[in-house]
Amino acid sequence: MLNYYDPKVDTDFYDKDYGTPEITVDDARLEPVALTIDGREVVVPKGTSVLRAAAEAGINIPKLCATDNLQAFGSCRLCLVEIKGRKGYPASCTTSVEAGMEVRTQSGRLAGLRRNVMELYISDHPLDCLTCPSNGDCELQDMAGAVGLREVRYGYSGENHLNAEKDTSNPYFTFDPSKCIVCSRCVRACEEVQGTFALTVDGRGFASKIAAGQDQPFMDSECVSCGACVKACPTSTLIENTVVEQGQPEHSVVTTCAYCGVGCAFKAELKGDQVVRMTPYKGGAANRGHACVKGRFAFGYATHVDRITTPMIRDSIEQSWRKVSWQEAIAFAAARLRDIQARYGRTSVGGITSSRCTNEETYLVQKLVRAAFGNNNVDTCARVCHSPTGYGLKTTLGESAGTQSFDSVEKVDVVMVIGANPTDGHPVFASRLKKRLREGAQLIVIDPRRIDLVHSPHVRAAQHLKLRPGTNVACINAMAHVIVSEGLEDARFIAQRCEQPAYQQWREFISDPRHAPEATAAVTGIDPQQLRAAARLYASAGNGAIYYGLGVTEHSQGSTMVMGIANLAMLTGNLGREGVGVNPLRGQNNVQGSCDMGSFPHELPFYRHISGA
Amino acid sequence: MAVCNADEGDSGTFADRMLMEGDPFCLIEGMLIAGLAVGATQGFIYLREEYPQAHQILNTAIAKAKAAGYLGDDIQGSGRRFELQVRLGAGAYICGEETSLLESLEGKRGLVRAKPPLPALKGLFGQPTVVNNVITLASVPIILARGGDFYHDYGLGRSRGTLPLQLAGNIRRGGLVEVAFGVTLRELLEDFGGGSRSGRAMRAVQVGGPLGAYLPESQWDTPLDYEAFSATGAMLGHGGVVVFDDSVDMAEQARYAMEFCVIESCGKCTPCRIGSIRGVEVIDRILHSPAQSQLQEDNIELLRDLCDTMDKGSLCAMGGMTPIPVLSALKDFREDFDKAAGTHSGT
Repeated sequence: MLNYYDPKVDTDFYDKDYGTPEITVDDARLEPVALTIDGREVVVPKGTSVLRAAAEAGINIPKLCATDNLQAFGSCRLCLVEIKGRKGYPASCTTSVEAGMEVRTQSGRLAGLRRNVMELYISDHPLDCLTCPSNGDCELQDMAGAVGLREVRYGYSGENHLNAEKDTSNPYFTFDPSKCIVCSRCVRACEEVQGTFALTVDGRGFASKIAAGQDQPFMDSECVSCGACVKACPTSTLIENTVVEQGQPEHSVVTTCAYCGVGCAFKAELKGDQVVRMTPYKGGAANRGHACVKGRFAFGYATHVDRITTPMIRDSIEQSWRKVSWQEAIAFAAARLRDIQARYGRTSVGGITSSRCTNEETYLVQKLVRAAFGNNNVDTCARVCHSPTGYGLKTTLGESAGTQSFDSVEKVDVVMVIGANPTDGHPVFASRLKKRLREGAQLIVIDPRRIDLVHSPHVRAAQHLKLRPGTNVACINAMAHVIVSEGLEDARFIAQRCEQPAYQQWREFISDPRHAPEATAAVTGIDPQQLRAAARLYASAGNGAIYYGLGVTEHSQGSTMVMGIANLAMLTGNLGREGVGVNPLRGQNNVQGSCDMGSFPHELPFYRHISGA
Repeated sequence: MAVCNADEGDSGTFADRMLMEGDPFCLIEGMLIAGLAVGATQGFIYLREEYPQAHQILNTAIAKAKAAGYLGDDIQGSGRRFELQVRLGAGAYICGEETSLLESLEGKRGLVRAKPPLPALKGLFGQPTVVNNVITLASVPIILARGGDFYHDYGLGRSRGTLPLQLAGNIRRGGLVEVAFGVTLRELLEDFGGGSRSGRAMRAVQVGGPLGAYLPESQWDTPLDYEAFSATGAMLGHGGVVVFDDSVDMAEQARYAMEFCVIESCGKCTPCRIGSIRGVEVIDRILHSPAQSQLQEDNIELLRDLCDTMDKGSLCAMGGMTPIPVLSALKDFREDFDKAAGTHSGT
């Protein structure tokens, strides 16, 4: 039976904050744990927090410092619960479920404690809710309501941070520390999600405050304006300037960012037809709720005055454009195209699609060219960045596509990044990669440049092979040579999954001493010992994944290099499961789709060659 | 990993310092035994930076122990390995709390971690870690040398062995007294300490550091052991004993307990971070209200409620125990809170 995507159901699921990260159930170690929360039986994977278990069962425990894309922190003390047989009031965010646990999330005692904690928060918070930009979208406000705060017995004349100065140095968001509750969500988002480590808590005790860099303005710090802190902030301390200026959005649409090849999902939040903000969408399989500065803040193009929103025609280049109706424009274009074909032949016209278009759009363009123009003159911008991947992977693996989803990076043990600079070119993927590297995965960089990944906060490449530009194939073959000659290949995988005559032929070729790193060092410029170390690491560290970019494909030997990469993955058995694979990092968000839809002269939709059609 | 907590930050305590400066090998031996017992190959002594002499002495002793083959890759030819290093704190009281200490050892801000996981399961750099204080580790060699019974024969009830008590504050003979558990505070104050230094009557004694209870004379006959102290709402802690004579203003002392927390809280959890400053302010309001007035009673009730929130809601013992000196002062020295406004020295 076909399952249809129902955005409504998904949106509800992804809009809810479950407090702590999901424990992925495919982890073999995780058996389900049954417990009762407020008398209700709940079954969740081992390692799940009590807070999340309750949220999944629809029981909402008040919380402020917890959010489900950050590890539990335990600072706000609102999510305290009672657990039978345990002393005191443990925080449900930092307490893992245990079999048979009996949890109470509501009692007179808990209500009192929560109200008292909220009273402390509000004793150091401005009472300007009605004029606050977060009015209506503030977790502090929600929680004050949830716990039933009615008075602040301490008064408002005590020590406070209400006069702390705003930092407006960032063009996209404002930092207003007078509204800060020091929950550290921003600091943790910068560390755990983005991996930039630009934020910290400065000082201690009541003097604790959020600081960028060395207590600098945001713009002078290491901050890259990804907006993870803004999204994480439960108050209006960190808030988009567009929301400050325009107020809260009133409806939203889930869409895909068109900037780079990652293809992040966003909720475009609107007021009428104006975008108020772009919020990274938790349901996005590529970005899982994270974003970079481009998709997050650079959305002015959506309603920019330069944008062409009505059809326009002109007879010749000397004329100025005339706004016309769609009907007239289409009739005009069709007549001109027919006229050119009549004068210069059927093959004198064609079409080029963009990989920023949807599958439907690119399919229709190639259909127009093939069915209406009657020729195969269709091509796509992915021709430049992707066709070596398409050809190379089809030839070796049988499919013109990368082998993994972006989630796969969460399971890698060693990552080889070749000819790509993810922190600049694919920032959200880079953040996910860096997260995995901080968890202990190892990194090999093959690039003439010292890209940021080679050495950045809490990330250091185990090997950086600074090859000479143009020597990709010599380098990858030398790695294969090391693996074969040192017996590091995955013989079982090769026996089960590869074509034996072809493998033997290739093995004989690659075993030739002329491919040894010592023999090719003069060409590649790579220290042979370093190359050997990198090859050994890739072949023997568990899940090995290769991510590559245009430094591989946009070369005269691009297809050969892609085949070399695929061969290396097959040789080491790094295909066919999570955490491994051959992963092209594309130039645009729908490179794969535009190619799948037959945007090439020689290939029909789904890569059927025109000779066989 | 084996970690020694030598961040002796409690007011009026100096047992660790005297031991580290006087017999550093005792601690090194204790750490080595602890390391071998739990299979740790790396030990750290987290030393407060205010002890430069102890730092120097420990480093010299570690170098000598290493040269003699008691530390290093092959301890006395056993094939077992244990390395030991001293790391300095940076002046934060909270880094005496074990999880904060581990954060600091990792080079991070001294921020309290939520437990579980306990350090024994996931401690320093995510590794299973045994964390003990100097006194505990320094007691290990003699227990192993003379046997468990030798140590067990000291003390009473569940509190066995000896406790180094440190007499400080307004006391004639201050200093370190190592006694078996069970002597009374009065014996300690009068027999060992010789009464107050000022010659005036002793009025209050704070036992167990800045988060310990202020004990009035009526409680001085409680035997010094963990259980008996715990039963009265007090604690022995690190064995610091700070004496005050009858010129003390106990309302001022209660205020100071909150003030200490304002400065020394790690700032992570709300009850401790904001509660402490509000505590100072509420005590100020109590002191400025007419004695026994409704206003004063309301603020005392608020202070009790705040202390309850800090006790039940805080992440660690810093916020959880700050109410102890406050409430003990309020309970046993209430008259000091009723003095006319303006007569308190620091308000």
